[in-house]
Amino acid sequence: MGDMIKGNHAIAEAALRAGAEFYAGYPITPSTEIVEYLSERMPELGRVFIQAESEGASINMVIGASASGARCFTASSSVGMTLKQEGISHLADMNLPFLAVNVTRYGNGLGTLDTGQSDYNRDTRGGGSGDYRNIVLSPSGLQEAVDLVGLAFDLADKYRVGAILHTEAALGQMMEPCDMPEFREVKRREDGINGDYTIKNRVSPLTADRRKEAIELKERYEIIKANEQRWEEGYLEDADYVIVAYGLAGRSAMGAVEQIRAEGHKVGFIRPITLWPFPEKAFSKVNPNVKGYISVEENALGQMVDDIALTLKKYKNSSTPIYCLAYAFGIPTMKKIKEDFLRINAGELKEVY
Amino acid sequence: MAKKRKLPEMLGKQISFCPGCGHGVVVRLIAECIEELGQTNNVIWNIGVGCYSLASIGINADKFDSLHGKASATSTAFKKLNPDTLIISYQGDGDAYNIGIGESISTAYRNENITVITVNNTNYGMTGGQMSATTLPGQMTTTSPKGRDCATTGMPIKFPELVATQFPNAAYVARGSVTSPANVNKLKKYIKNAFEAQLNNEGYSLVEVLSPCPTNWGMTPLQSHDRVDNEIMTYYPLGEFKKREVK
Repeated sequence: MGDMIKGNHAIAEAALRAGAEFYAGYPITPSTEIVEYLSERMPELGRVFIQAESEGASINMVIGASASGARCFTASSSVGMTLKQEGISHLADMNLPFLAVNVTRYGNGLGTLDTGQSDYNRDTRGGGSGDYRNIVLSPSGLQEAVDLVGLAFDLADKYRVGAILHTEAALGQMMEPCDMPEFREVKRREDGINGDYTIKNRVSPLTADRRKEAIELKERYEIIKANEQRWEEGYLEDADYVIVAYGLAGRSAMGAVEQIRAEGHKVGFIRPITLWPFPEKAFSKVNPNVKGYISVEENALGQMVDDIALTLKKYKNSSTPIYCLAYAFGIPTMKKIKEDFLRINAGELKEVY
Repeated sequence: MAKKRKLPEMLGKQISFCPGCGHGVVVRLIAECIEELGQTNNVIWNIGVGCYSLASIGINADKFDSLHGKASATSTAFKKLNPDTLIISYQGDGDAYNIGIGESISTAYRNENITVITVNNTNYGMTGGQMSATTLPGQMTTTSPKGRDCATTGMPIKFPELVATQFPNAAYVARGSVTSPANVNKLKKYIKNAFEAQLNNEGYSLVEVLSPCPTNWGMTPLQSHDRVDNEIMTYYPLGEFKKREVK
């Protein structure tokens, strides 16, 4: 087992070990330790670090870095990620891969500094203007976060899309033991430009066949949906109820499921690791006679619950009730999830769908 | 006898600008300087958003289409990752001085070793002639229909003067024009100086170009050139505001 390390530091170090050559970012709580760590670590490794003047400038620097073919990333938190969306949309338009780490904090506008999951809809739907998606990966612990960083870069390169590591405030601030991966080679993608004009077929947005591009993008997303769904599951075959939760809420829910089962209730869980593509395939394993699904979320409105409903509509019996335990912000405790499950089981809470 | 100018290799394709517009001259001068400095296969044209975005279709060289106002930020990354490549941010006044003023100032302030060329035609050309940060006092545009009122909209920005006086590390800052053979020749020297400064790692360089916009000014090409010479130059003087230090 590796040494104890803080979440934001672990993610930053993992990115460098995955071969990230370029970072540009801006300080924002609770992601700031990433920019701080990299300011020292990247010059030490001979990589490019820039503290940008704004979130917008930093994503535009990432655009230049990715166009140069470099493995590149930025990090921010919720409202800071909002400011990057124009650039993220441009990256999608140019088919340029990148990683953005979103250490989410709950709330609208400036929001709060509390851990939360209020960016689910924004991050899984693309986020800026246009017709695109990013691969969104959500860890529930630090070892998983470290492992997902390398995967995120690889998937972004493979599919020529953006990758979002969708973590959260508490995960960024807490410490856990982590095994760090070995250093990978720093190298440029072959499609990057360096001024020598050897890539003559680069398509300008002004001359692109937009209809053809849009259809190609849709086809690429279908391949991603087919190949890249990731999740953790338990006890689905005999489940009367299935709890669906991701991130730290997911980790808490998994503990709650053990406690609930110990009391004799047949409960299973699905913990999405890819938020986009949503792990629809996980639902095919669920007991056909399941009585209900329960989405556990760190937001007030319930956001992922809609994706559960859409999945059931597509693959399962859409009349199965879907409940939502939306705790606004903060990590729901196992005890709280258990208590609320018992209320659902007793018919005291109304379903959302 | 006048010397015939050779068409630079990278400008084989036609680029369409309005009759009398200065962009064609500026693109040509940049390409000539690139070729004369032996950088034809060592340059990234990073192009902002405006009429001049059309230039990206006709330039046979590595080029990139940046978001509106953000070319200085993308150029920063291009340079950091390609330190020996000539990086050019080609922008307009609305792009560099309005929506992109944060990126423009910050890039100059950090003294990034890139060259920014801003073509200043005192309005937003591509969207049909709205007021920009460089619209002159009293100038009528589609968003200052009674003439720019500087009491409520501020005075036109002088970005080269700002950089030259406030950012002591900047390597080279100048303002030129395209309105006469003499001005074109001077402008070419300014552009070449800026590129040489970058290639010698001297730091940030900026050349602003006063350029006519006859279509949006409602003038003939000749009238629009006269306006640059007789009106715009009285507010925006030509010259080198920061010369290269002899090292």
